[in-house]
Amino acid sequence: MRQLEIAKGVYDVGVTDWNIRDFHGYSTYSGTTYNAFLVTDEKIALIDTVKKEFADQLIENISRIVDPKKIDYVISNHTEMDHSGSLPRIMHRVGEDKPLFCSKMGEKNLARHFSQKWNYRPVGTGDELNLGKRTLTFLETRMLHWPDSMFTYLKEDKILFSSDAFGQHYAGPERFDDMMGDAIMPHAKKYFANIMMLYSPLILKLVETVTSLGLQFNMICPDHGILWRKDPGKIINAYVKWSRQEDNEKKAVIVYDTMWHSTEIMAEAIMSGLTEEGIYVRPMKLRECHRSDIITEVLDAKAVIVGSPTLNNGLYPTVSDFLTYMKGLKPQNKIGAAFGSYGWSGESVKLVQEELTAMKFQTVDSGLKIQYMPDKAGIEKCEAFGRKIGQAVKG
Amino acid sequence: MDKYVCMICGYVYDPQAGDPDNGVKAGTKFKDLPDDWVCPVCGADKDSFEKEE
Ligand SMILES: [Fe+2]
Ligand SMILES: [Fe+2]
Ligand SMILES: [Zn+2]
Repeated sequence: MRQLEIAKGVYDVGVTDWNIRDFHGYSTYSGTTYNAFLVTDEKIALIDTVKKEFADQLIENISRIVDPKKIDYVISNHTEMDHSGSLPRIMHRVGEDKPLFCSKMGEKNLARHFSQKWNYRPVGTGDELNLGKRTLTFLETRMLHWPDSMFTYLKEDKILFSSDAFGQHYAGPERFDDMMGDAIMPHAKKYFANIMMLYSPLILKLVETVTSLGLQFNMICPDHGILWRKDPGKIINAYVKWSRQEDNEKKAVIVYDTMWHSTEIMAEAIMSGLTEEGIYVRPMKLRECHRSDIITEVLDAKAVIVGSPTLNNGLYPTVSDFLTYMKGLKPQNKIGAAFGSYGWSGESVKLVQEELTAMKFQTVDSGLKIQYMPDKAGIEKCEAFGRKIGQAVKG
Repeated sequence: MDKYVCMICGYVYDPQAGDPDNGVKAGTKFKDLPDDWVCPVCGADKDSFEKEE
């Protein structure tokens, strides 16, 4: 049970998924929440639903405030199933003919996910829905992070319901930013890095639009994690900083895997070289660290150094996995470098190098490969390689 | 020269600007884009584009 009045007549009726540890391939060590909101006025609107398996809890939460049949309007800010999965159950309870507001793309996408012929009311930026004393305004936010994504803004109370944007996969007793201070920021950062990073240019544009419209926020309510009420500006500023990816820290992430420790020994020696140059280094072995945690470290690092052994004339599989994942998220303004140990053929370093180049990373070296175990001279080469990258990081 | 809009994400292809990040020179007409060109924002293919009114 979790219904909470977040402003007069506005309730959070969402649910907490305490035990989820893998959210479509994103590691969620603290679980997550699916937030949904009920705005009660002369008319009653429900904003978003929750994952399918939590439909009963959502209905129970709503029922403690109002009979679900009394809901006049349902709003779907985003089609992804963690927010729309309970729509069939909700529409059934609320009334199949009740208006369902979503973006134009939302109508298309909901129709593809669910076969029901709902009473769709597609809306675009600036369209309004009057609830009596209060008004909801819609703002299309295509590709933040799906084609159907939109925000809903409660004008009189200045509350933004921002769908996935500004969210965090965090489940805890706290429901607001002021209840946990900076401790929420690593969760927000991980969410940005894994879900939003590739749309950085659109985020910067959106912030510009919102500023030019003069929109102000007393509260920002995302669909995951805590709600920003003490300082909504803090998460907006963080998004601007993360989206720019300009003022990256003097930090390097060494992402690698290893079979018989040779590539790992290289990683350690490269780390020494970087450290000598005063660079903050995070070595992360792929079979131990989750790709979603590595990407979080990549977000504000200046250099990404990728090490792969050569296995069967190719890349080590976890390295391919990571490179595919990183490529999709389009990190900007990075320095890249490749290294790895090999037995006889040694293709991996070249393959990593090609991938990094394709991602428009600035490569500072043609890559470092060492046959079998690095000897003393090999270790020195690795350290020099680390220093060279360190100097490039310092610019 | 006509601009084309991505029906998935709203990106507008402007021939005057081209798409230099993806190897398309300024001044390239939409119909002259290579068949494997995709929307630089959402990855949709050329068929997802319509002429801007
Ligand atoms: Fe989503
Ligand atoms: Fe979500
Ligand atoms: Zn597009």
